[in-house]
Amino acid sequence: MKGADDAELAGLLRAAMAGDEAAYARFLAAVAARLRAMVRRQAHDGAEVEDIVQETLLAIHLKRHTWRRDEPVLPWVHAIARYKAIDAFRRRGRKCEIDIADFSETLPAPEAETASARDIGRALEALSPAQRAVVTSLSVQGRSIAETASVLGMTDTAVRVAFHRGLAAIARRFGAD
Amino acid sequence: MKTDDLIATLARDARAAGPSVSAALAAAVAAAFVLAAVVFFGVLGPRPDIAAALATIRFDLKFVVAAALALTALACLAALSRPQAQSGRLGLLALAPAMLALAVAGEMAAVPQAEWQARWIGTNNVLCLLCIPTIGIAPLAVLLAAMRRGAPTRPRLSGAVAGLLAGGIAALFYAAHCTDDSPLFVATWYSLAVMILAGIGALVGGRVLRW
Repeated sequence: MKGADDAELAGLLRAAMAGDEAAYARFLAAVAARLRAMVRRQAHDGAEVEDIVQETLLAIHLKRHTWRRDEPVLPWVHAIARYKAIDAFRRRGRKCEIDIADFSETLPAPEAETASARDIGRALEALSPAQRAVVTSLSVQGRSIAETASVLGMTDTAVRVAFHRGLAAIARRFGAD
Repeated sequence: MKTDDLIATLARDARAAGPSVSAALAAAVAAAFVLAAVVFFGVLGPRPDIAAALATIRFDLKFVVAAALALTALACLAALSRPQAQSGRLGLLALAPAMLALAVAGEMAAVPQAEWQARWIGTNNVLCLLCIPTIGIAPLAVLLAAMRRGAPTRPRLSGAVAGLLAGGIAALFYAAHCTDDSPLFVATWYSLAVMILAGIGALVGGRVLRW
C-alpha cells in the first residue's frame, strides 16, 4: 500500500517534471494533505499549519531537481518537510516535536484546509516589478505561461525564469516572517 | 492565501529546469581545479627540483593524502547536497587522517628522534598556512555556490565539508611547491591550513546554504 502510494506519487512527479501541469497539481495536492496531517499534531492553529504546509510546498517546488527520478519520493518529501518544519517552529520559538520518524505511515488528513494568514498581496510586495507582473499574471489572473509571455511581451523562457525567481523570493519572504 | 491557490500557481511551473545537483557539483569541482591552478601557477609555481622530488616517497605521499581528502570530501558533499542525506558516508572523512597517522608513525620509526623537531617545524610553515587558504578560497566559493542549488539540510556541516574539499584541492597544488615533505610537517601544517578553510566553509555555509 505504502509502496503503491509512493510509486503513484513518483509517477506524478516524473510526469510533472516532463511538463504535465495537471499531474503536478495532483502531486502537490496529495503531498499537501500528508503534510497537513504531519504538522497538525504540533501546530497551535489551522493558519499556522497552513503556513508550514505552504512553506514546505514552495521548498519542494524550488528543490524538485534534487529528487532522482528512480528513487522513492516520500523519503525525499519527508526530509524536506522535516527541515522546513524544524525551521518554522524554531522561528516561532518552539522546538519541533513532531514525530517525523516515519512519514510514510502518515495518512493524508481528510479535513479541509484553513486558509493561511498570509496574504498573496504582501508576498508579492517582495518582488521586483517584472517578477510581480509575471507572478500576478500566472497566479492571480490565471493566465498560462504562453499567454503571459504574449501579454507582457516576453519569451516563454523569460517568463519561466522570472516566475521561478519570483517564487524563490516569496519563499525567502515566508522564511523571514 | 489558500493552499489550493498556491498549488495551482506552482503547477504552472511544472517542468523542471536547469542542471541536476550532481552536474552542478561536477562543474564546480572542475572550476575549482582551474581556479586553484590559476592562483598556484600565478603566485607560486612548482619547486625547482620537482623531477627529483617525484622519486621520493615522502613527496608523493603528500599528493596521495590530498587526493584522498578531496575524493572522500566530494563523496560526502554529494550526499549532503540532497535533503535525505544520511550521515553514514561521513566516516569516509577519516581516511586521509588515518593515512597521515600511519605515515607519521612510519616517519617516527624511520628517522632518529633528534631530527623530529626540525622536520615537524619545517621551513615553510607560515607559507603553508597562508597559501593553502589562498589557493582554496575561490574553489570554496564555487563549491558553496553549487551547493546552493542542492538542498542540504545541514548547512554548517555541508559548508565545512566543502572547505575540506577546497582544502584537499589546494593542498594538491601547494604540495608541488612546498619543500617540506615530512609527514610530521604535513600532518601538522597542512592539516591546520585545511582546517582554516573548513572553518570558513562552516561559517559561510551556515548562512548561505539555508533555504
